[in-house]
Amino acid sequence: MSGTDIGLALAVFLACAVEAVEALTIVLAVGFTRSWRSAFIGVGAAIVLLSATTAALGPALTALPLNALRVAVGGLLLAFGLQWLRKAILRAAGLKALHDEAGIYQTELSAAREAGNPASGLDGYSFTIAFKGVFLEGLEVVFIVLTFGANQHHIGLAAAAAGVAVVLVVLAGIAIHAPLARVPENTMKFGVGVMLTSFGTFWGAEGAGAHWPGSDAALLVLIPAVLVFALAAVAIVSRRPSSAGGQANEAAVRA
Amino acid sequence: MSRVEALGRFIWDFVVGDDWQVGAGVVVAIGATAVVATTNVAAWWVLPVAVAGLLALTLWRASRAR
Repeated sequence: MSGTDIGLALAVFLACAVEAVEALTIVLAVGFTRSWRSAFIGVGAAIVLLSATTAALGPALTALPLNALRVAVGGLLLAFGLQWLRKAILRAAGLKALHDEAGIYQTELSAAREAGNPASGLDGYSFTIAFKGVFLEGLEVVFIVLTFGANQHHIGLAAAAAGVAVVLVVLAGIAIHAPLARVPENTMKFGVGVMLTSFGTFWGAEGAGAHWPGSDAALLVLIPAVLVFALAAVAIVSRRPSSAGGQANEAAVRA
Repeated sequence: MSRVEALGRFIWDFVVGDDWQVGAGVVVAIGATAVVATTNVAAWWVLPVAVAGLLALTLWRASRAR
């Protein structure tokens, strides 16, 4: 396995673990308060739709010529990765609320209780919330698996890394019967932002016709360089005077 | 809002997010890399420099707004 493959597997694993933790919180909230059966049907329906999306988009992506694929994937990963990194830097600098899984779980619990009594058959609220949560978080997983996997012609490796992440998160959720609030999600999101931005830059430039010094080994410089830049940005942004001094304590936000 | 419009908005939010200028900047930067790659000058540095600039710009705007 090459260094690029290890980087690919690590990036996909971290990204998918974060998304799985967020989806798990939503499913646990509706499952515990309303209907496990309806929540599981919602999860199943989301998985079927995600599988169909993967089956439709996967072959289309891998059929693209390599340079076109790298430009498309690099551009998408960069746009996507810069979003993650921007939010992660703002969180680390105290200008955006930290992602608080326990807080989000309490919010979801309250909303589920306020939605009235569960229906006797299929509970529409549990189904819809579980479906939406898993589908929307899963879509990010599909996007990352397909872009990373197709570009390296290792969709199997990317899918395996994603699968391991999801299974580990689900097993941990079953074991503790609670949202995984102690998972260092904010740090993981920061790491994912760095990886997506680095790989997006690397593939985008290659697809546009640039040749990196040292070929794939350039990633060994690019990833630490993006990390150092992001950490420096945290230091600089957190020193800027802001009207939002204590915004880190505001209600938890989803991202 | 029609379903097509809602789908378009969802895809836009999913890929582009809060700051559309970052997405536009990425497209311009990849185009600039392609142009430089057709010359005798090395083109690999264009995208990292552009990414650093885009990230600095979007953070500057976000921190001013807060």
